[in-house]
Amino acid sequence: MSGGLGSAPLPPLAPKDHVLGSGSEEPRLIVYADYECPYCALLEQRLRAGAATWAFRHFPVRSKHPRAWAAACAAEAAGLQGRFADMHAALYADQARLEDPHLWERARALGLDVERFDADRRSEAVIARVRRDFESGVRAGVVTTPTLFEDGRLSAGVPAET
Amino acid sequence: MSVVAAGTPAPDFTLRREDWSRFTREDLLGRTTVLVFYPFAFSAVCTDQLNLYEEVLDRFTEQGATLYGVSCDSVDAQRAFKEKLGITIEQLSDWEPKGATCRAFGVFFEKGGMPTRALVMIGPDGVVQWSWEGEHPGVLPGANLIFDALAARA
Repeated sequence: MSGGLGSAPLPPLAPKDHVLGSGSEEPRLIVYADYECPYCALLEQRLRAGAATWAFRHFPVRSKHPRAWAAACAAEAAGLQGRFADMHAALYADQARLEDPHLWERARALGLDVERFDADRRSEAVIARVRRDFESGVRAGVVTTPTLFEDGRLSAGVPAET
Repeated sequence: MSVVAAGTPAPDFTLRREDWSRFTREDLLGRTTVLVFYPFAFSAVCTDQLNLYEEVLDRFTEQGATLYGVSCDSVDAQRAFKEKLGITIEQLSDWEPKGATCRAFGVFFEKGGMPTRALVMIGPDGVVQWSWEGEHPGVLPGANLIFDALAARA
């Protein structure tokens, strides 16, 4: 890892992005969030209640939320077995339980190959996937979670009317 | 009052490190320093800002920059704040005489008795290379702004 993290435009929606929600339209909302952040969980609830569609990008900050990186990698590892959205929902459903045994428990409950899940979540590829999201957020000016980009406009925190 | 501009020699000042020793203009010489002025320890917004800088601290180090947090909180309050955040970024106190260094750098908000949210990058020669000041304390400067300034160095 080398070089700086200078300003760069928000990467546009791409096939590698995780699109969540119930709508079928192209999402206008890109959310930078982490799984240990209570405000992110609140935003998640409001987005689901509003039948929104959004793209989710990881923004874990270790000193703020020590288990956020591990949880992000767990979601990506589940994604390699086709269950990103389910793991994503399971992580937000119980933020008080994000230690390794809790992640394995979720993987088992989702019917994942737990051994593969555990290897994948520690793999360089998965770590790089999470880091790519995080760095794209830093370069676009994200400081805190959650941060939303609606049609490219940055908004930090949970919008009251979301 | 506004933050010191690029091209201005850093003023003479004295801040206190965690062990109460002095941190002065002499300590800036020979390396690139970023002073991160923030309003108060333990406020939520300040917390997010320093947490993010800590997350990318190795990248700042790769770019040859050393960051310090600066506020008018006491040394003891800053130490507790740093421990609570779990960060390694050293904190410098402008406690007594309160705000003297912040005033010298043009970032003291008299009505609030606190620094404005500001960043000052000083080169190895002791001259300010770049500075930033928020319109109000709620405006958070992203780490990208510091990396931009580091990349723009001659």
